[in-house]
Amino acid sequence: MSNYTYGESRPALERVSETTRLAQEAYANYDQSVQMLDRRGFVGTVLSASALVLGVAVNPSEATAAPTTWQPSVYLGFEADGTVVIMAHRSEMGTSSRTTLPMMLADELEADWKKVRVEQALGDEKYGSQNTDGSCSVRDFGMAMHKAGATARTMFERAAAQKWGVQPGDVAADQGKVVNGKTKKSLTYAELLPIAAKMEVPKEHELRMKTPDQYKLIGKKVPMLDEHNIVMGKATFGMDAKVPGMLVAMVERPPVYGSKVKSFDNTAALAVKGVQKTVELPMFKQPHLFQQLGGVAVLGDSTWAVMQGRKKLKIDWEKSPNDSYNSADEKKFLLDSVLKPGKVVRNRGDVDAAFATSAKTHEANYYAPLLSHAPMEPPVAVAEFKNGKVETWCPTQNPQAVQEAVAAAMGIPKTDVICHVTLLGGGFGRKSKPDYVVEAALLSKATGKPVKVIWTREDDIKFDYYHTVSGMHMKAGMDANGKLNSWLFRSAFPPIASTFAPGMQYGAEFEVGMGLNELPYDIPNIRGENCPAPNHLRLGWMRAVAHVYHAFGIHSFLDELAVLNNTNYADYMLKSLGPNRNIDLSKDGVKPWNNGQPISKFPISTGRLRRVLEQVVEQSGYGKQKSGNGRGFGIAAHRSFLSYIASVVEVEVDKNGKVTIPNVWTVADCGTVVNPDRVVSQFEGAAVFGTSVAMLGEISAANGRIQQSNFNDYQVARLTESPRNIQVSIVPSKEPAAGVGEPGVPVIVPAITNAIFAATGKRVRDLPVRRTKLV
Amino acid sequence: MAITMTLNGKAVSVDVPQNMPLLWVLRDELEMCGTKFGCGIGQCGACTVHQDGQPIRSCLTPVASVAGKKITTIEGLSPEGAHALQKAWMELDVPQCGYCQAGQLMSAAALLAKNSNPTDADIENAMDGNLCRCGTYIRIKKAVHLAVRMLNGSSPSEANNNE
Repeated sequence: MSNYTYGESRPALERVSETTRLAQEAYANYDQSVQMLDRRGFVGTVLSASALVLGVAVNPSEATAAPTTWQPSVYLGFEADGTVVIMAHRSEMGTSSRTTLPMMLADELEADWKKVRVEQALGDEKYGSQNTDGSCSVRDFGMAMHKAGATARTMFERAAAQKWGVQPGDVAADQGKVVNGKTKKSLTYAELLPIAAKMEVPKEHELRMKTPDQYKLIGKKVPMLDEHNIVMGKATFGMDAKVPGMLVAMVERPPVYGSKVKSFDNTAALAVKGVQKTVELPMFKQPHLFQQLGGVAVLGDSTWAVMQGRKKLKIDWEKSPNDSYNSADEKKFLLDSVLKPGKVVRNRGDVDAAFATSAKTHEANYYAPLLSHAPMEPPVAVAEFKNGKVETWCPTQNPQAVQEAVAAAMGIPKTDVICHVTLLGGGFGRKSKPDYVVEAALLSKATGKPVKVIWTREDDIKFDYYHTVSGMHMKAGMDANGKLNSWLFRSAFPPIASTFAPGMQYGAEFEVGMGLNELPYDIPNIRGENCPAPNHLRLGWMRAVAHVYHAFGIHSFLDELAVLNNTNYADYMLKSLGPNRNIDLSKDGVKPWNNGQPISKFPISTGRLRRVLEQVVEQSGYGKQKSGNGRGFGIAAHRSFLSYIASVVEVEVDKNGKVTIPNVWTVADCGTVVNPDRVVSQFEGAAVFGTSVAMLGEISAANGRIQQSNFNDYQVARLTESPRNIQVSIVPSKEPAAGVGEPGVPVIVPAITNAIFAATGKRVRDLPVRRTKLV
Repeated sequence: MAITMTLNGKAVSVDVPQNMPLLWVLRDELEMCGTKFGCGIGQCGACTVHQDGQPIRSCLTPVASVAGKKITTIEGLSPEGAHALQKAWMELDVPQCGYCQAGQLMSAAALLAKNSNPTDADIENAMDGNLCRCGTYIRIKKAVHLAVRMLNGSSPSEANNNE
């Protein structure tokens, strides 16, 4: 991806689609399980550097020396003693991917979970996508895990049947061994290994998958593998990675996006004890992709020395075209941009004609600011450039993007970048952009030593790939009974697409496809428009991405319409949803983005949306609970990441305008659920993340410089600011597994502001809430 | 000049600049990486350790100021993970990414050491300085209460069921 350059002769349309492709590829929403269907996947060689012992390739034609180890799939290997080794090829940032996918494989394999060893995979395209982003690990790889497990189990069963001279149907695998149904004798997987490894790999149609009643792990509470190490303080995050002889580095980056080092004086920095050298990093070249920002690095023996040294650098920066970038002006620009017609991204009927004949109309504008991901572990990476190759240890959501970005920066093939993935101290999308790994690799090459680049919190807040700022305009027409007949939805946001193609002012397919062109309501006239917005910063996806602001606009506006018609959101939305059906966006000229998934497999079902809404109303007592006098209930129901989520939030606003959140109820229909407690935990966390977005979060720029620097001025929700109770209910479902990590966030934000309106009569249309005086 | 302290029950001596924060002494000099860097300005609590039983932010604590003091880090909370809080944290599956949890546990341990039966308000008061971006707060609160019940004699699962 990083090698791609944009030809000026390229026609505009293709440019746009290429941008969309790049951004989408980076966001990884293809059906990656395809990889698993490739039979070449069954004759892989080694698992990872730490499992070289497994490097005996299986070749069915070699009937001689029995292999002592066996790797029937890229995700699965066995050691001679029967130990099952499962490769976690997705990153662990708290969503439990590293536990949940291996547990699916282990269950289907009939392995004894206690004897399974999970190893973190290196970055390698043989695994399919490793981009742990887009809430798709189980969705895209669940079937691959089942197939890998079933393949090996079938081979063990056949091996046992062969050894006993019985039919395969007479034996059954059970927790690491195969049992003869008649004699009750058993053989362990370890004993069967030499035979099984030489058997022909069964074809897919020969596999017999377990039925759900036979599951021993799937659907049960399975704790995260790393839990014990975490509570012991022994878990290894990127921040804990160490290599002998490494230098610690910090980089003073350009204060304004796109400015270059004019000159610098390192005399005082080098005088600090422990500081060894300084290195100037070149500025990125457009398109930005995952390149470094540039600046001057200070390298030394210890973190503290380098921190002190960096403060003593004197740098003169060149002017940047973004020197005049101000968030206050941008807000005005965006809210102005949405008052003018934009690019039509969806059209049904004729909203203008409908407005002209509506009994009443209502309009409102909404604004949501820039945000920073702020994972608790700031970006950090260790890299060593040696003999023309780079080896790196880093907390990344996307080790293959690390390979590509580092390879492009160093001018080496991506197969010469070895990427070890540590645990991530939070990701939220930040750590799928490996600019920090590129910095470490460049600095290692420049110094000839392994280098650990540490970002301070200030670096993290000031130099993020920010969640974009947005302005939205809504207008609706209703008949005399208040029934919706038309809805115009305009949205302007500097797009993530601009990170991949400079100058882009319109959203990539996935940005538009998150909420803007997919209103599910039964309204005869709908128009979605994307209005242009230029970018002045590095932008990137953050947990729930464009759904965050689009859901805020949509569900705030629905609440306003309900109030206008003397009803409540739930009743009004249920009426507006119309009959249970699957929405056909193609009639409105929309090719649904749908997280890159076929609409036939993941239709937009108003029935499922209705069900979560009705259930959350019932569980919370929304509509029956009294609002007013500083106490209020708010609600929102939204489909995102192919899941259907509804939340009710209760707020209390005291006489000083201080908001507390006693209760949140969330009902989630995410299709089939594999590790229910970890799913619940994601929705608990989403309620807190959404609280930060709604109440506190704001990044702003003045003269191109980010004004926030740390948790004192970029606040995220603390214990007392977070919901005091969060009740999560998962709808039992046999539908395909959909997203979990992200879809809990979008509903929380409007549910909070709707609750604040119920409590105080104040409609918050500008985020964060703390900017509005509520009392 | 070397600075000596008692770290997790053992005397250790380090020869580093006097103003180097304890956090970086632990992480860079003593290879004890359980204590985490989150903000460097005492805002997030990820670096919480105990000094003579009191919770302190090691990122803001110059190493010279702990000379002669007893310092306990997550590695010293309980060698086998046998502390009631560690067991409660696992019983309720508190961690998500886990990065902040050492600091959370150290703040909670300091609270329980001086208050054997904290109320929700006591917990909020003691732990509001510990950020968790994954949002594990409600389980943290429950786990502190659970640890109290375990300290009063219940097994983790009994204590959890009797909630």
